[in-house]
Amino acid sequence: MPAGLLSDYPFRASRYDEMFAARGEPRPHWQGFADRLESLSLESLLQREEFVRDAIEADGVSYNVYSDPQGNRRPWELDMLPLIIDDGEWSLLSAAVAQRARLLNAILADLYGPQHLLTEGLLPPALVFGQPGFRWPARGICPPGNVWLFAFGVDLARAPDGRWWVIADRTQGPSGSGYALQNRLIVSNAFPVAFRELRVNRLAGYFRAMQESFARLAPTDGETPLTVLLTPGPYNETYFEHAFLARYLGFPLVEGQDLTVRDNTVFLKTLRGLRRVHAILRRLDDDFCDPLELRADSALGIAGLLGAVRAGRVLIANAIGSGVLESGALFGFLPAICERLLGEPLAMPSVASWWCGEKPALDYVLGHLDELVIKPAFPGMRMNAAFGHLLHGEERDKMIARILAQPHAYVAQEWVRVAQAPVWRDNKLLPRSVGIRVFSCSTGDGGYTVMPGALGRVAPRTGMEVISMQRGGLSKDTWIRVENPIFTSMLKRRLGVVDLVSDGADIPSRVGENLFWLGRYSERVEIGARLLRAAMTRVAGDDDAQQGLISAIARMNMFKDRPGARDAPPPRVETSLERKLIGALVDPTRVNSVATNLRALAVAAGQVRERMSSDNWHALHALGQLLADPIDSIDHALSAIDHIMQSCIAFSGFALDDMTRDEGWRFLILGRRIERLEGLAGLVMTPVEAAASERDQMLEWLLEAGDSIVTYRARYRRVPELLPTLHLLVFDRTNPHAIRFQVDVLRDYLERAAHELGHPYPSRIVDPLAQRLEKFDLAGFESDEPEAALADLRDLLNEAIVAAQELSDEVHRRYFTHTVGPMLLRRLA
Amino acid sequence: MSDESGMEVEAVRYLIRHDTRYQYDQPVGESRQLVRLTPRELPRQRCLAHQLFIDPEPQRGEDFRDGFGNAVRSLHFEREHEMLFVRAESLVEVVAPQAFEIDHSPAWEEVRDGLSYRAGRPLDAARLEATEFLFESRHVRVKNDFADYARADFRTDTPLLVAVDGLMRRIRLEFTYDPEATEISTPVTEVLATRRGVCQDFAHLMLSCLRSLGLAARYVSGYILTHPPAGRPRLIGADATHAWVSVFCPGYGWVDYDPTNAQMPTTEHVTLAWGRDFSDVSPLRGVILGGGEHEPEIAVTMVPEAERALLHPENPSDIVFTPS
Repeated sequence: MPAGLLSDYPFRASRYDEMFAARGEPRPHWQGFADRLESLSLESLLQREEFVRDAIEADGVSYNVYSDPQGNRRPWELDMLPLIIDDGEWSLLSAAVAQRARLLNAILADLYGPQHLLTEGLLPPALVFGQPGFRWPARGICPPGNVWLFAFGVDLARAPDGRWWVIADRTQGPSGSGYALQNRLIVSNAFPVAFRELRVNRLAGYFRAMQESFARLAPTDGETPLTVLLTPGPYNETYFEHAFLARYLGFPLVEGQDLTVRDNTVFLKTLRGLRRVHAILRRLDDDFCDPLELRADSALGIAGLLGAVRAGRVLIANAIGSGVLESGALFGFLPAICERLLGEPLAMPSVASWWCGEKPALDYVLGHLDELVIKPAFPGMRMNAAFGHLLHGEERDKMIARILAQPHAYVAQEWVRVAQAPVWRDNKLLPRSVGIRVFSCSTGDGGYTVMPGALGRVAPRTGMEVISMQRGGLSKDTWIRVENPIFTSMLKRRLGVVDLVSDGADIPSRVGENLFWLGRYSERVEIGARLLRAAMTRVAGDDDAQQGLISAIARMNMFKDRPGARDAPPPRVETSLERKLIGALVDPTRVNSVATNLRALAVAAGQVRERMSSDNWHALHALGQLLADPIDSIDHALSAIDHIMQSCIAFSGFALDDMTRDEGWRFLILGRRIERLEGLAGLVMTPVEAAASERDQMLEWLLEAGDSIVTYRARYRRVPELLPTLHLLVFDRTNPHAIRFQVDVLRDYLERAAHELGHPYPSRIVDPLAQRLEKFDLAGFESDEPEAALADLRDLLNEAIVAAQELSDEVHRRYFTHTVGPMLLRRLA
Repeated sequence: MSDESGMEVEAVRYLIRHDTRYQYDQPVGESRQLVRLTPRELPRQRCLAHQLFIDPEPQRGEDFRDGFGNAVRSLHFEREHEMLFVRAESLVEVVAPQAFEIDHSPAWEEVRDGLSYRAGRPLDAARLEATEFLFESRHVRVKNDFADYARADFRTDTPLLVAVDGLMRRIRLEFTYDPEATEISTPVTEVLATRRGVCQDFAHLMLSCLRSLGLAARYVSGYILTHPPAGRPRLIGADATHAWVSVFCPGYGWVDYDPTNAQMPTTEHVTLAWGRDFSDVSPLRGVILGGGEHEPEIAVTMVPEAERALLHPENPSDIVFTPS
């Protein structure tokens, strides 16, 4: 190991250090891991660091940050060193977390029910009625099993004396358990030997227990329960986790528009029709869940959802309204409430807190500002925690004035010098503030099970106190050792033959739509890139064909500015053909540049992230990165195009070879074929419409752009001529890049889709085109004056373009749906 | 009708018709609506008859009570339609409140302190309900500006109801009724600045003033009897829904104040629903699929029972719906 790795670590006695009891002296439960570290060379440690970084990159683990200038994705940051917690200590911790979950559940049941806590003066009404998290329409609702808090997350931090404190409760849709699982998959592979030898508790059992609780609690009326994971969508900061958990738990990942309520029952809109949903694991804030009764302007929710909840027809985890407890202002009231509701003392203290809504507390806060951290009392208030000792002069006066104006909206907490743990940075161990988020889930019978692990949360810089993922924090895997492995037999029903799923019957219509566009955009990128490559390789010569190529590119709208593009530069003067062609490649403000289509492709792909394997995702992800660097020369552009083509080929290979042939996949292929049909027809149109003198010069690039030059050369071994070129690109049933081939495949797929999904086959659109192709007389091209045949072909190409567009519309109408925003009502007189 | 002491008191009856019609530009495939058009039952208000007529017929209709106890009918339409018509007709009996001395009401500070939280001090049911209406809500702000505006009436030791009465009158004097000045999204802070608005704005303004002082006050939606100009006949559909406020005063319960008209409602106001502000009590709120742009036509008619023939000329003795 690197000399002095452990002994050089700057241990500070004023803080609790998770790993070290004294300088260079690991705590007993860390000894095994410390020994392991010491046995490794620097090179080996660096390899592991790289392994962790690569694994995150490859899996596309991200945390979206709204204000991130680099776009909406930031790689998840994971330290390779785990946080190890002593198992004896852990059993106390987990019991305290389970108790807290029971307590908070009981509080929710009281607040939306009899409200004893308010009538008895145990909780101020300001923290219930006075805060935006209280959902009035949830009053009087009784969720299945009276479980309001299905899943619970709690942030813990350790004080200098080694005691753990609760810092924050996550009661609405706690995020992080998926990231914790992902961290585990990576770190356990970075240190496989240590992981095995230390006998670290596995996480899978927790997620199994969660699946079982859903099955136990969901109102199923005897049906096999269908649970979905409801996400706000790919722009949410933790969307990666939604997709990851959905896949891991086997729950369809849905957005509000995928669900509908009929007869107080929730249904999933699938490509085949409606399927009843029995439970919803939601990551959508409750205010957005139902535009009918909650926020009317929410386009993310499901109208009528609360009606279904009121009727007891669906389990929502967590219940609508559970966010009301995400307030540090409650901390001071919990000990007495715990005695009242559970009849037992609160096992783990919250960090000392003063809710300013009480006069004595307010006075204390104003008198001790330097020792306190000021926080908003209500979730959703846009305010960062402020450290009193960092507030000076005007800033301090402003804060005091804010508190005095609305004291009940603020809470002050003791400034805890939280514990530290080493992170691996710059080839050494550095101390950082750490905390953990612990997860718990209802067992469905009144109890809670706690995940034997946690999301380790690390401050972004040494000496920094705030631990926040949104603000650039780092995470750690958290290991709890099993001293005496206990193999609990879980009462789990095994899957039977009736449960077997082979056709993906739950594919949401929206997923079909995004796969369809994924297919269209990937094909559009390919055609555009091939066309540009043909043009760029000819840019130096004085090729007569150049003019036709430029018009073909213009026909595809690759030069044209997107109307009203937000990021459009001022009108430009193209200094040269080179610049013009490079613009058609890299400029995202053009209607149909390769960059524009790559962006659209990334959006569509992001929407169906959960349906792709890691490799598949990786291929697409790489595609998005290719035009990130500035491109200033044709050579450079050509090399970028080569990479794009390779990635495209990799992606289509995966699509053909790797993806399940379910109904969703079929829409990907439909999109691809429809796009290729339209694109090919457009390409061929340029030479068909060109003057006779220029036509023959265009055939070579046409074959290149149509990806058929190799076939042509193999077949004819001569300079391209009109008849064989048109045959190969339009009429050949064996060439996957011929119009005829697209029509055949489309007929086949549409017929099968119509048969399996129970919709009529749109014969009106496809069949006439197939007949036209079948009957077309190619002999007309043998003559020296093929003008009549060309005119006929031009009509055929136009028909093909119209058919492609109509088919696209038809597929949308038949299989996908659209929602229109909710209406608002006029005011009174 | 008799009051608690068994004495006969004068009761007034009204027939109220409230029509809402949506004409959509494009067909609506699916629609859900929440209807709050059923008058509340109150100590001095009884709803003797009530009916909702809905066209087209919804595929599903359910009744429930919202978090404030208002009756709600939830409607679900699953068939394509291009028009939605909702008619509510109610026969309501209102009794004048017993005369009371506002001078004897408790000092406003005493009421405020009684509503503020003190650890372990129990809240009775009336106070607990009052605390629901103490805080900010979507259209009601708690700010020093509002407290400052109210201060002229809320001097030290002023009896609560005297102070509220003064505030109501001052709003009537200092604010101009102007339907052009505001829209539903105009913030109440702007209403305070421009001193213009409609009944809804004045109600939100008065609520902001009262809650900024730590008092409990709720938004009341309903109807008010209008009087046609002398010598002119009453017109059908010429009335509108109205809004005012209600203040919690221990010993007196909830006391209504209408800042738009500077009067305490007696027998010419009919209460439909209440909440923290307008957003809790929209008479019709919905989500539709399709439809495009649309504005509803609303027609309200409130007539004394004696004039019911105006609404039901063909059958002046009973409520009969006349779908139009």
